Formats: sequence, C-alpha cells, structure tokens
Amino acid sequence: MINNKSISTLHNDPESLKNLKIRSTTQNVWFSIMWLAGLVTLIILLLVIGYVIIQGGKALSWEFLTTPPRGGLSGEGGISTTLGTTVYLVALTLLIATPLGVGAAIYLIEYAGELGLTSPVMRVLISIANFAVETLAGIPSIIYGLFGYALFVSTLQFGWSLLSAALAGACLVLPTIIRTTEEALLTVPDDYRRGSLALGATKWQTLYKVVLPAAIPGIITGIILSVGRIISETAVFFVTLGGSHRLPSSIMDGGRTLALHLYYLAMDTNAFDKAMGTGAVLVILIILINLSINLISGKLTARIRGGK
Amino acid sequence: MNTKLETIEFNLYYGDFHALKDISVKIPEKRVTALIGPSGSGKSTFLRTFNRMNDLISGVRTHGDVLIDNVDLFKIDPVALRQNIGMVFQKPNPFPKSIFENVAYGPRVTGLRDHKKLEEIVESSLRSAALWDEVKDDLAKSGLALSGGQQQRLCIARALAVQPTVILMDEPAASLDPIATQKIEDLIHTLSENYTIVIVTHNMQQAGRVSDYTAFFYTDDTRTGRLVEFDETKIIFTNPADKRTEDYITGRFG
Repeated sequence: MINNKSISTLHNDPESLKNLKIRSTTQNVWFSIMWLAGLVTLIILLLVIGYVIIQGGKALSWEFLTTPPRGGLSGEGGISTTLGTTVYLVALTLLIATPLGVGAAIYLIEYAGELGLTSPVMRVLISIANFAVETLAGIPSIIYGLFGYALFVSTLQFGWSLLSAALAGACLVLPTIIRTTEEALLTVPDDYRRGSLALGATKWQTLYKVVLPAAIPGIITGIILSVGRIISETAVFFVTLGGSHRLPSSIMDGGRTLALHLYYLAMDTNAFDKAMGTGAVLVILIILINLSINLISGKLTARIRGGK
Repeated sequence: MNTKLETIEFNLYYGDFHALKDISVKIPEKRVTALIGPSGSGKSTFLRTFNRMNDLISGVRTHGDVLIDNVDLFKIDPVALRQNIGMVFQKPNPFPKSIFENVAYGPRVTGLRDHKKLEEIVESSLRSAALWDEVKDDLAKSGLALSGGQQQRLCIARALAVQPTVILMDEPAASLDPIATQKIEDLIHTLSENYTIVIVTHNMQQAGRVSDYTAFFYTDDTRTGRLVEFDETKIIFTNPADKRTEDYITGRFG
C-alpha cells in the first residue's frame, strides 16, 4: 500500500493520534512498573546495608579492630585475629583453587572441544565435566562442609585446620572460577586465535600470548568474586575450620573467620553490638571487593581495548 | 615463470559434504592470483588449504595433492608452513597489543629475542606495508586504536614480519572504505614484486585491477565448488573460454 499521507495529516488525523496516545500510555505504564521495581530493590538493599552499618558502627573502633576476641558469653574483645584468619584462609583457598579452576576452564574451552569433535568418549567426558561444574555451582554450601569434614578433617586427618577449610573452600569456589574463566575465554574473538596461528604460533603460544591476556579481566573478576564468597561463607568453615579465636600459627591450626565469628557471637553470646560491629566490617569488606572488581576489570579492559 | 603453489586433483570434504572437487591449478611465483566466484563456491576454503587453516575445522578431509615449491604441503609441519605462508583476513584482526608488539609477534614466537633486530624488523615491515609514516611516532599505541584501513595494513605488516614467501588474502578490503581499499590495492601491487599473493575477492573490478592471474570458481545446485577456468586476468576478463565465466564477470549472475 502506498502511503500518500503527508506528515501534517498524520499529525491531525484523530485515528492516528489516538493510536499514538494508546501506545505511549502503554509504554509509560510499563516503564513506571519497572521503575518502581528498581526503586524497591534499591531501598531494600540500602535498608539492609544502612541498618548493619549504623547499628554496627556504634561498636566499631580502632580498638575493636585491633584486639583479639576473648570469648565468653558476653563476647568480650575485638575481632583482630578473625580478620587475620580470614586473610589467611582467603589466600590459601585461592592458592589452591585458582590454578585448578583456571586450568580446568582453559582445558574445557581451548582443548577439550577439539578432542570432543574427534572422539565420542571425550565428548561424553566433557559433557560430564560441564554438567558437574554447573551442578557444583548450585548445591548448598553445607554439602561442601560435610564433604570437607568427611574427607579432609576426618579421613585425611587434617583436623579442624586452615588446610581442611581451604581445601573445602576451594571446592566451593572452583565452579565460580571455572565458569567465569570459561566465559572470559569465550568472549575472546576467534579472530585473535586464527591471526596468531596463521603467523606460525603454536596453540600454546596463541593461548599464552594472545588469548589469556585478553581474558585476564574476566578471570580476575572470577577470582575477586571468589574472595567475596570465602569471606562471607560460614557453613563450610563451621565444620572444617574449628572455632578457636586465636590466630592460626600454621596451616594445621584452626581458627575462625569474620563470618564465623559473627555466627558464634549471634548464636552463643548476648553481645548483639559486637555481632553488628563484625557484620558492619563484613559488609564494608564486600562493598570494597565489589568496587575493586569494577575498577580493576574496567582499567584492564581499557588497557587491552585501546589507548596506551 | 616458476610455479609456487600447485594443486593436483584436489578435493575437500566437510564431513559428507563435498566442498571442492578436482581442483588442479598452478599458481605462479611473485604474481598476484585472484580467486573469484559466487558465494559458496569454495574460494575461501581453497585459500585456507594453502596454510592449512582448514585443519582447525572439524571433519575436514582432503585428497589430492597440494605442493609448495614442489614439496607435498601436507608433509610440512603446519606451524612451520604458516611461517612461510602469511595470511590476511577479511576483518582486520590486530591483537589487543601495541603496534610494535603486533608486528613483533611473529618473530617473537619463532624465538627472536634481540630487541635491536626486532626493531629493525618492525620498521621494515611497517614500511613495506605503507604504514610506517603514519605510526612511527606512536608504536606504543594499541593496534586497536587505528582506523580500519590502518588496522588491515598493520595485519599485513604483521604477516610480512615473519618473512613469508606467500601471502594469502581473504577479501582483505571487504570491510574497508574506498580510500582504504585503494591503499590496500596499491600495496598488493607493490608486494607482488617480492611475494606470491593469492587473493579472494568478491569485487570484480578489484580482481581486474590487482591480479595477474584469475581463477574462476563456480558451484551448481550440489554446492560443490569447482574450478571453471584459470588464466591470465586480462584473458579471463576480455576473452573467457567458458560461458559461465563470462556471465559472472559481466554480472549476469552471482
């Protein structure tokens, strides 16, 4: 159908105007609903964070951060050793989980696919591996705790220790690291791989010199997400790390992380203010970690994509 | 004139699909050979045969011979082969690295560490690719910060840095504007003094302008690509032996 209407008839025609009005009202209604949903989410988030920080802020002091907890029903002392234990545990867990997770993801994305095309056995193994990674990401963390307790604490006789907790924690964050690394590798354009191979680079050189550097922002994001996960985890470490409030002096020593300490304070003492103070420290840490993800991956991406 | 690349009754299959049938062609040394033909006639697949990039695609089988300097190409390690046969892709694909590192990449992966030598290679490659004057003060800038045409010349410099004897080009100007295209065409012309160039193009005028020889590929309902005609470009364009070549070149189909 040929449209001979000029723009002015379109503007004056009551039928067209009515149609336009209905469509624009529909749009406004839906936008309002979505705007409201966004607002409610934001308010809930701010309420939780605000409540914890305001309530906990009263207990916060330099002394609170630098003195060790003394135990007891009233939750005497501060949180210094639990901060230290948290740092140790994060470091040890990542030391175990990062090479394993990044390596597994590289294998699954860069190598296994190719093998799967030629060998049906490999194809089955790969799909099992992928299914396992997906499933592991979704199971409740206490399962990792039970598994860690049974295997590391009890069978392997590591006891309640940093080592047991880090091994169990590594199982917990492995799926996160594998999946973020996989996604990071998948976003690296195949053009880079082909360009490198066509220049006479080996597959390993291509991976090491071109693909991995381009995937680094995504991989780092996965690692930092894992840091957050370990800091906020309680169930796994409740059954693998013990509950000592001393700073562990070796990887065979137990201890308690911030989150674990908070759990003990909330369950076993009446020191509500101390629990809130610990909570505030946790929340601030998580906020800082998320900010650092944005900052680091933004910076790295900018450096890779252009400029100097 | 020497033959640089040769195929004899070459066939290629993607799984059960017969993509190229009985291709026999002799590609002369230090000349530009254009591969033309409609989409799906197998030109790009044929091009990738020479640096064995088809090896990376699953389910590809071949039979028939492919020779480089009269040596069986499939007996050469693909990594070594690709150092001898450079490739420029349709979409410019510089690495997310500096201009210098892009060009130095090939020499580096083959083990060259000497920075002085690398600098020499980078400069001479960029000069050969007609990019040096535009980037010489900015070698630390990311290759991705260049314009599309500059990126493509950077990719050509990158290929030259490995000191190949053959350069394969898969529609190297397809994503570029006419001015950038002109520069690439001039460059192809200059490079043909020292390199054997095989170029796939959809642009008839381009094939006519840049190439000395032209191979016309065609396919029918079976989707199997065949070589219809191979000859000097001026003969293909003025006096083709096959009716289908003439129809294609005059724009009657494809």
